[in-house]
Amino acid sequence: MSNEIEGLELIGLSKVLGGRLIIDNLNLTVKKGEMVSLLGPSGCGKTTTLRMIAGFLIPESGTINLAGKDVTKLGPEKRPSAMVFQNYALWPHMTVFKNVAYPLKIRKMGKAEIEKRVHDVLTVVNLMHHKDSRPGQISGGEQQRVALARALVQEPDILLLDEPLSNLDAKLRVKVREDIRALQRRLQITTVIVTHDQDEALSISDRIAVMNDGRIEQFSTPQELYDQPATEYVANFIGSLNRIEGSFGDGQVIAGNEVVGIRPEDVTFSKTQVPGSYPATVDLVVPRGHFYEIYLKRADASFRAFISVDVPKVGDTGFAKINKALIYKDGKLVRTA
Amino acid sequence: MAKRDNGLNLQSSNLITRFFIGLFVAFMSVFILGPLFWLALQAFTTTWTFPNIKPDGWTLIWWRRVFETPSMVEAIRNSFITAPIVVLLSAVICLPAAYAAARYNYIGRRVFLIGMFAANSFPKLGLFASIATLFYALNLMGTMVGVIIIQLLGTIIYMTWIPAAAFAAVPKNLEEAARDAGASKFRVFRGITLRMAAPGIFVAMVMSFISAFDEAQGTYLVGAPSFFTMPTEMYALVLTYPVQIAAVFSILLAAPSVLLIGLARKQIIGGQLAEGFQIK
Repeated sequence: MSNEIEGLELIGLSKVLGGRLIIDNLNLTVKKGEMVSLLGPSGCGKTTTLRMIAGFLIPESGTINLAGKDVTKLGPEKRPSAMVFQNYALWPHMTVFKNVAYPLKIRKMGKAEIEKRVHDVLTVVNLMHHKDSRPGQISGGEQQRVALARALVQEPDILLLDEPLSNLDAKLRVKVREDIRALQRRLQITTVIVTHDQDEALSISDRIAVMNDGRIEQFSTPQELYDQPATEYVANFIGSLNRIEGSFGDGQVIAGNEVVGIRPEDVTFSKTQVPGSYPATVDLVVPRGHFYEIYLKRADASFRAFISVDVPKVGDTGFAKINKALIYKDGKLVRTA
Repeated sequence: MAKRDNGLNLQSSNLITRFFIGLFVAFMSVFILGPLFWLALQAFTTTWTFPNIKPDGWTLIWWRRVFETPSMVEAIRNSFITAPIVVLLSAVICLPAAYAAARYNYIGRRVFLIGMFAANSFPKLGLFASIATLFYALNLMGTMVGVIIIQLLGTIIYMTWIPAAAFAAVPKNLEEAARDAGASKFRVFRGITLRMAAPGIFVAMVMSFISAFDEAQGTYLVGAPSFFTMPTEMYALVLTYPVQIAAVFSILLAAPSVLLIGLARKQIIGGQLAEGFQIK
């Protein structure tokens, strides 16, 4: 079984830290060459999971298979994984070259071979001009690339990224995440990335595992997570959501013991009535850059909508239509309408 | 106008403050450096009799006398043999303890660290006296081994506390990154932890060397009358030789300490740890 996958398999993983169950019977399969995000708020266990894959933590129970091999009990130095740390963890007393060469030196590789490989990988991350600099002399983005180079040079079976972009400023973050994605695609390297940033997860991953309280709530493609959030938790975490208690029928919120989730972008507002739309008043208009967030009040419910054309003013009346609703019962998706 | 007056007042009060600070610094300099300066002069004077402001003449004879007196040469030799041995032994014994105190949270860790201080806060002579009775039984009195053990005691606090802080300051992530890169635990310790804590360990070694080199109380109690180091030789010297000999000896005794502190200063100010690592 695991030989076919040749990526990463987590089977029934549990971990207790400080007397608290951090990871609870977690299962996850990452295919070879796939890029998977572990997404969740802080304290959900995503970093603990990554550290178990890397070998810094040994699970209380469960199995970790890496590239078809059981590595559950192996120390980090014996695993075919390479990690990029959140704060990069570059060795300040070594030059960029030496930082990247270190893993190869440990593998007792020949000098010429080390020279060539480090040269190649530093070229890939575009850092050859800094090879003799110390980590303290280069920028945060460059340090990040050194950390990435140090991981890539090991040609690992799996690349682990722990919030790799959180220490970069917003502009650079977008650029670096695109660089990482391009590199990952080119090298076809199996990658697990931990992040609390949904934008980052949505834009970079083949699949996303949304974590909550030590469990995986949903593991799907970004599109599916967005369109069919399996739980109310996921719907709230990915994108924006109007949450209204009741039920849904005939384009309206009706009495009921379910929860109706409406994405603001699934609401349209018009001056004229169309089938399925009902009278609404604009309570508030908030500019949000390339779109406007408007607060609508209808007879059945109040909710927000994202509008980018024909933006109404506060007090305007018109007709609001809910194009799509997610209906949850006991936190689980029961149907969409 | 009022504002301007105020400004003037501020300026003049500033000047007065600065004057007093300057005076204080000058006074302290004379107080601290004065005796050293006097000592340095004494080592090169023929005689210097009251009430003459300057020495009666200059000479190097005292230096020759020191290096021609066998007991003094032996004391110098003994000092330069025992102190480095003490430092190395202390490092071998204390560095693992310092690492443990920095990295593991074992039961009694605080007690252990505070205990290091406790040993230093009691009157040493009492401790030495009880050790001496033990040394008599073990035939260690008057031997180099006995003196080394006595001097070792004074270095322990430096060799545990300073390196413990240095080890604790090495971010765990840096060790983990090395493990992740494939290095064994021992290799990580040697290549990353020890390397990064090196400036702190160097400072600890310097402090230990000075402590051992300078130790007189216990060394005298255990070493005399057969084993003398420079500080214990000073006792005899002050009583039986001209003051200029003592001055030469003092300079010889102070020189390594001054030199080492000068070297350690660079290491302390170097601050490599913060470089390139954003501690959050």
